[in-house]
Amino acid sequence: MSNTAMSIPEHAYPGTKKRGILGAFFFELIKNKFLYLLALPGMIWFFIFAYLPMGGIVIAFQDFKAMKGIARSEFVGLKNFQFFFRSNDWIQIVTNTVFLNVLFIAFNTLAAVAIAVMVTELGGKWFKKITQSVMIFPHFLSWTVVAMFVMAFVSTDGGFINQILSVFGIPPVQFLSSPGYWPVILVLLKVWHGAGFGSIVYMATISGINPDIYESASIDGASRFQKIRYITLPLLKPTVILLLILAVGGIFNGDFGMIYAIIGRNPPLYPTTDVIDTYLFRAMMDLGDMSMSAAIGFMQSLVGFVLVLTVNYAAKKVAPESAIF
Amino acid sequence: MIKETLSDRLLKGFFILAIGLFSVYCLLPFWSVVASSFASEASILSKGYTFWPADFSLEAYKLIFKDNTIYRAYSVTTFVTLAGTVMSMILTSAMAYALSVKSVKYRNHIAFYVYFTMLFHGGLVASYLLISKYLDMKDTIWVLIIPSMLSAWNMFLLRNFFASIDDSIAESAKIDGANDVYILFRIILPISLPALATIGLFYALGYWNKWFDAVLYINDKDLYPLQYLIQRIMNNLDYINQVSADINIPNFIPPAMTVRLATTVVTIGPIVLLYPLLQKYFVKGLMVGAVKG
Repeated sequence: MSNTAMSIPEHAYPGTKKRGILGAFFFELIKNKFLYLLALPGMIWFFIFAYLPMGGIVIAFQDFKAMKGIARSEFVGLKNFQFFFRSNDWIQIVTNTVFLNVLFIAFNTLAAVAIAVMVTELGGKWFKKITQSVMIFPHFLSWTVVAMFVMAFVSTDGGFINQILSVFGIPPVQFLSSPGYWPVILVLLKVWHGAGFGSIVYMATISGINPDIYESASIDGASRFQKIRYITLPLLKPTVILLLILAVGGIFNGDFGMIYAIIGRNPPLYPTTDVIDTYLFRAMMDLGDMSMSAAIGFMQSLVGFVLVLTVNYAAKKVAPESAIF
Repeated sequence: MIKETLSDRLLKGFFILAIGLFSVYCLLPFWSVVASSFASEASILSKGYTFWPADFSLEAYKLIFKDNTIYRAYSVTTFVTLAGTVMSMILTSAMAYALSVKSVKYRNHIAFYVYFTMLFHGGLVASYLLISKYLDMKDTIWVLIIPSMLSAWNMFLLRNFFASIDDSIAESAKIDGANDVYILFRIILPISLPALATIGLFYALGYWNKWFDAVLYINDKDLYPLQYLIQRIMNNLDYINQVSADINIPNFIPPAMTVRLATTVVTIGPIVLLYPLLQKYFVKGLMVGAVKG
């Protein structure tokens, strides 16, 4: 059946094979002209807003002057990179970026998996629905709104945490000038913001598990805990690994939206919260140092790219079903 | 049905408790800001933020609704969200559909062309220069829409959904003489409403919550979107002084705290109202996308 279907075009358009590569190309474009036209606006958009900026990477190797533009700015080789690495800032911001991201990924994954497993086990329909809605809700609030929430908790005068501390006679903590607390606060916020939403994917995976497996485990006398431990969690593993791969690829990308909205320009907190992206932003907007910012951004992109390829390669060896490509 | 043992029931009890507590944790910050926004400025200053306003006051809301800043920010954000979502959906579904049709020979090449942008990007500096210097979009409302019109992630999610639709539906329409554009808009899209609702919601939220693009590209006060307004008022007092400018009481101290909180509440209002309606769609749509993907 499929053979005849395949051979029809050759009869209908004699000489298909002789048309050559270019001819075949245009033939295909004309044959599916409406579909290619549908894809075209999107392709143009990606060209302008994703591929053109890639060309802008040359700025990283230039002494970029806005007056001269990209075409006439002077090339300086690796000077921008040297400049960045000569200052000691880079150690701090790279460490912060990776450290915070590792914490975010670890705690968010744990919380999301835990929520998914627990919610699936819940029986009551109403309780399940309401708690699920409530847990997903924070994801839809922008970080600027969340920053307002944070103030209500950490303010020195009147913040909830200090109100509670004062009940126990503990002197108020100056959160806004104590960098030590912030990795914890940021992780709590990240879990608050993303764990419920992240659990949807895991719930989808769990709901795709064949119910017969649980049934036969029950007949064999498995307890609720054993079913989770030996059925649900192992079957969640590929999804967890897949999402971890995606996350690891972005480990050098600080969560700019979150950190800039919440920390903003508060230098006392920089020692634990300043990430590559916020540093780059300030270098660009405050110092106007386009070239160094571009150099930092380029390294970040490149490292991220190499990381995704490496992790994916490793995943292919260890757990082929989790590899992305 | 096998009867549950004691340990099974204990475990379930623990799950209910844990989920219940986490839900409270999710709701608490939200509740505290809403409650505090209805408290009087004096009580916030003397006793701090509250979970239950002791002296109920609408002062802050009266002030912000008297000034037209909030209305302007609302109209900017509403326009950006509506126009942006419509444009995003048209572009995304057109591209996703083309890439889902198996007879398109170069669809995998185009898919890779899009996928590569998820792996590698030119960075903030290049995008900033492109948009502000070369495309000259600074201080236009379009800068909040056009540069974020497409998301590769959403496009692939939708493509996976389209690919799961039976080919024969499109084929038979083709035999009847329909072209691909007609098939997409008249046949494919109407049967894909749950998926479209999901993707549309993601885009809409992205536009609604947009503020960083405003930090970069918007200086004109009339074009501030809501979330950027929030960010501005958290960091300076201009707005608070402005909304309390026509009050002629000697020694009047502008209610800085409650005005901030009330503005925040006003910003999240529509999300809270629409959320229950939309939630059932995106949970379903996401599950479909996740399982297929």
